[in-house]
Amino acid sequence: MRNIWTIAKRELHLLFIGPIAYITLIVFLLTLGIFFYIELNYAIQSQSYIPSMGTTFQLIAFPLLFLAVPAITMRSIAEEKRTGTLEFLLTAPVRDWELVIGKWLGGFLFFVIALSVTFVYPLILNILVDPGIDMGAVLVGYLGLLLIASCMVAIGIAISALVPNQIAALFATLGVIIIFWILSSPAQYMQGLWSEILLNMSLTNHLYDTFLAGVIDLKDVLYYISFTVFALFIGKTAVEIRRWG
Amino acid sequence: MIKVTKLTKDYGARRAIDNLTFRAQRGEIIGFLGPNGAGKTTTMRILSGYMPPTSGKAEIGGFDVVDQSLEVRKIVGYLPETVPLYNDMTVFEFLKYKADLHHIPDAEDRVDEVLEMIDLIDRSEGYIAALSKGMRQRVGIAQALLHKPEVLILDEPTIGLDPAQIIEVRNLIKRIGKERTIMLSTHILSEAQQVCDRVLIINKGHIVAEDTPQHLQSRLTGSQRVELKLRKNAEDAIPLIKKVKGVTSVTAHDDDSIEFEMSANQDARPSVAKAVVQGGFELLEMKQNALSLEDIFLELTRDDTPAPALKDRD
Repeated sequence: MRNIWTIAKRELHLLFIGPIAYITLIVFLLTLGIFFYIELNYAIQSQSYIPSMGTTFQLIAFPLLFLAVPAITMRSIAEEKRTGTLEFLLTAPVRDWELVIGKWLGGFLFFVIALSVTFVYPLILNILVDPGIDMGAVLVGYLGLLLIASCMVAIGIAISALVPNQIAALFATLGVIIIFWILSSPAQYMQGLWSEILLNMSLTNHLYDTFLAGVIDLKDVLYYISFTVFALFIGKTAVEIRRWG
Repeated sequence: MIKVTKLTKDYGARRAIDNLTFRAQRGEIIGFLGPNGAGKTTTMRILSGYMPPTSGKAEIGGFDVVDQSLEVRKIVGYLPETVPLYNDMTVFEFLKYKADLHHIPDAEDRVDEVLEMIDLIDRSEGYIAALSKGMRQRVGIAQALLHKPEVLILDEPTIGLDPAQIIEVRNLIKRIGKERTIMLSTHILSEAQQVCDRVLIINKGHIVAEDTPQHLQSRLTGSQRVELKLRKNAEDAIPLIKKVKGVTSVTAHDDDSIEFEMSANQDARPSVAKAVVQGGFELLEMKQNALSLEDIFLELTRDDTPAPALKDRD
């Protein structure tokens, strides 16, 4: 158990040594800041529009998390394979699943930090909007974002374990996320069972109409958690297979 | 301490090691000698718990490397051939990381202790990327020592080091080897000769010889070789030398020296010297060539010939 935390700490530390984390954070927060500013000004100009976290949340989900997650996770296991340091990790008394979960936790915590910083926006809105905004809905929104982030980070880690280098990991992760992202679209043109299956597998289906609308539904929570666990399981298997030569 | 029985590893269709069997006692330093591709690294990776064998068994300290991999990794310190280090960490951070993974109490003190041992304490805050090859090697050895393992598996520990560093590392190995079991691989034969208690020569996935360096030498040489230097006309002396009792073969070398082989139980040197001088030749030098480990090694790992039969010790 301790190993998970040791690895997670190091992942986080390593992220902040290189440029990737800083660039990602700056772009992330700068983009949000710009749009938040626009939102506020638009609200000031138009008399009827009430600013909310809606746009901000949607922006965080897409394109920000969507692009940032692969960038952050691509390095995690692929780089260790490339430099050979994976051999060093696999001969330490660390279980394979501890390694995978530790890497995932490091990436996930990065996004917890990033999202925490954005919490300044609802606080600002709460002051500016009269009589205040629905903080409960805001928290639910953040929960949804954290869940989808956890899921995407898990996908990123699994793919990083499967492919030989960072660039392949970047594109493959993007690819997988894109596919799961858009699954709900073709679903609307299908009928019956297929439509249901695709709809429920889609990443976005469980976020926009639910969490971002302030609604917690247990099935959505379970969806993200099981997806995360499944992806991490694939990652662990990929690491195991490495051992067999 | 190390028990390997019929260990086999296939990479797809290629058999890297084939039915290897050997033992190492506690406190022994055994050397794995072999050309590149012989199977040394594969064997070490299996013993260090990195990968499982295709068949066969390996036990370290009584723990099976497959079923009790985690236990094995706790008592083994492993230095991979590639010495993989994290370039973007400092020496101290890296060693502390490894120490934490081993759950070493007072990790920071232990890291400092090991840094003293390998004489890198003043570079501990520097980035690994800035280290020279020799220093990287030492850090690699350091990370293997952190958790005071009972068994050390070192894959080519002195490769790339300069002569002074090689001596240091060998002394370190000998010092540590007093209380621990060490298995190292090398293709520097003099190293195997100097450092190891026993040497296993491996070629194409098979062990072709296993013994102490001294015994290997005497086992392989059924005969002994002597080198002669004459002032001139060396080849003319050959028929003379051949006639001497006990001489089994004579060859002339390019540098005007003659080498003859004599059987082990008869020292023909005085007779040869007499024959040569009486024949009118001026004898400048007579020297006995012990078959070096290098000759044994080359002999045993010659490409398509199967391993030559070793004479059993009398």
